[in-house]
Amino acid sequence: MYPPVPNPSTQPGAPVFGEQDIVLRSASSVPAPTRQLTQVAKLIDVSKCIGCKACEAACLEWNDKRIDIGVNHGSYDEPLDLTPDMFTVMRFTEWENPETKNLEWLIRKDGCMHCEDPGCLKACPAPGAIVQYSNGIVDFVHENCIGCGYCVKGCPFNIPRISRVDHTAYKCTLCSDRIAVGEGPACQKACPTQAIVFGPKDDMKKWADIRIADLKSRGYENAGLYDPPGVGGTHVMYVLQHADQPELYAGLPNNPRISPVVELWKGVTKYAGLAVMGAFAAIGFVHQLVSGPNKVSDEDEENARRLAGSGT
Amino acid sequence: MTAYDVERGDRVHPGNPVTVDRHTKAARAYHWVTAACSVLVALSGLALFHPSLFFVTALFGGGQWTRTIHPWIGVVLFFSFAGMFVLFWKANLWRREDGTWLAHLRDVLTGHEENLPEVGKYNAGEKTVFWLTSLLIVVLILSGLVIWDQYFSSYTTIPQKRLALLIHSAAAVTIICVWIVHVYAAIWVRGAIAAMTRGQVTGGWAWRHHRKWLRELVTGRADGGKSGRASAG
Repeated sequence: MYPPVPNPSTQPGAPVFGEQDIVLRSASSVPAPTRQLTQVAKLIDVSKCIGCKACEAACLEWNDKRIDIGVNHGSYDEPLDLTPDMFTVMRFTEWENPETKNLEWLIRKDGCMHCEDPGCLKACPAPGAIVQYSNGIVDFVHENCIGCGYCVKGCPFNIPRISRVDHTAYKCTLCSDRIAVGEGPACQKACPTQAIVFGPKDDMKKWADIRIADLKSRGYENAGLYDPPGVGGTHVMYVLQHADQPELYAGLPNNPRISPVVELWKGVTKYAGLAVMGAFAAIGFVHQLVSGPNKVSDEDEENARRLAGSGT
Repeated sequence: MTAYDVERGDRVHPGNPVTVDRHTKAARAYHWVTAACSVLVALSGLALFHPSLFFVTALFGGGQWTRTIHPWIGVVLFFSFAGMFVLFWKANLWRREDGTWLAHLRDVLTGHEENLPEVGKYNAGEKTVFWLTSLLIVVLILSGLVIWDQYFSSYTTIPQKRLALLIHSAAAVTIICVWIVHVYAAIWVRGAIAAMTRGQVTGGWAWRHHRKWLRELVTGRADGGKSGRASAG
């Protein structure tokens, strides 16, 4: 068993991290922080998940969100998708393993992956609406959010949701407010089987290795860690029984990366666009200086009078 | 039948100087509504286009308001431009002399108008601006609807929205360049702005820049505007 995050002291203390630890800030820049926090990660071991949804309930509780009573859609998924109030959902997949003919119930807890290279942050036009801390947490700052939905297009995992109530974007915060006082995320705390563990990212990788070795010894020869390099790695990682086929897990992308269309839009278009517009204005200015105004001459007026027959 | 490039309301008034009615009240109203919208929609769009321009959102009451109002300004612009399109499209059809005119673009820019063919109500430059603007406004409104999340987010997929964002921003950059050409030409060619404010130009202006149009107006006036105008072909 991985040692659980100890309960923090009941005495008030300074937060573990804060604004001074921001490394990336949307549509703006920040001075480099003076210290590097330990990179953290949440490890979700799909093979240990029993689908109890304690994590969903804990998430709603901690974030003080309430969702409407749902209806039965013929599956265990409830709600069917992430919403502005529901930052995590369990996605249930029934899969028949063609080799063993066993029915496998693959239950993946979906939510923000806290990418090292966050597409949401890259796409965001509002200064400071999305930030990344040096411990790896990607967080939305609602008072700076303008509700444009660019983060939704930037995200390779289809995670952010725009609230119809306050028109700002919501997603899992990795319980940054709990971690700031030395706690672990609410979902991790509530998980009864340690399918969710939380700690330094290096420790999580080592723990994952133990779990993967165990799975391999039990016949899951393709068991592995999901820490996709295309987005620089993530601060929410999965242990998958079939790491060679992440798509099996309710469409978890195989080798996700920020869409090249988004890279193009937020890269060359942004800079070339300004340059081209500036060049057109400059050409006009220079032309005016060089050739002067194009004025109607008295001769033109005279010709017009003659043509119109109004005499001279 | 009327000459293709003489629009309703175009009239020549002999006198000293000769004056020519160029744009009706309706055309000017559509034009200035479109113009106001284009400035507002460009400013609010640019504010979200590049971080260094985000401060412009203050003009619109902050980021949330900018995001809210930008598409609505675009919708008003679309309809006011559509009104203008109905009035202007016919006289903007491409003619043989337009190719010659464009081939002499160097003479246009250096002010050697004597080397240019006589042109109708609109020259090839104005026509190019007109058709590019028309095309780009259609592209902008369509791609804009795809990324107008508040009302239309459920109709398209995320990859489609990404493409729409790229197209929308590229089209916006292009139309702003066209806008710069249009505004600069109006300033450079003295007397052009009066055509859109008071609706009138002087006979000399029409002679210098749109001689074929002026000839047609004079011919039309001579025979009371009843018979066809030979130069229409």
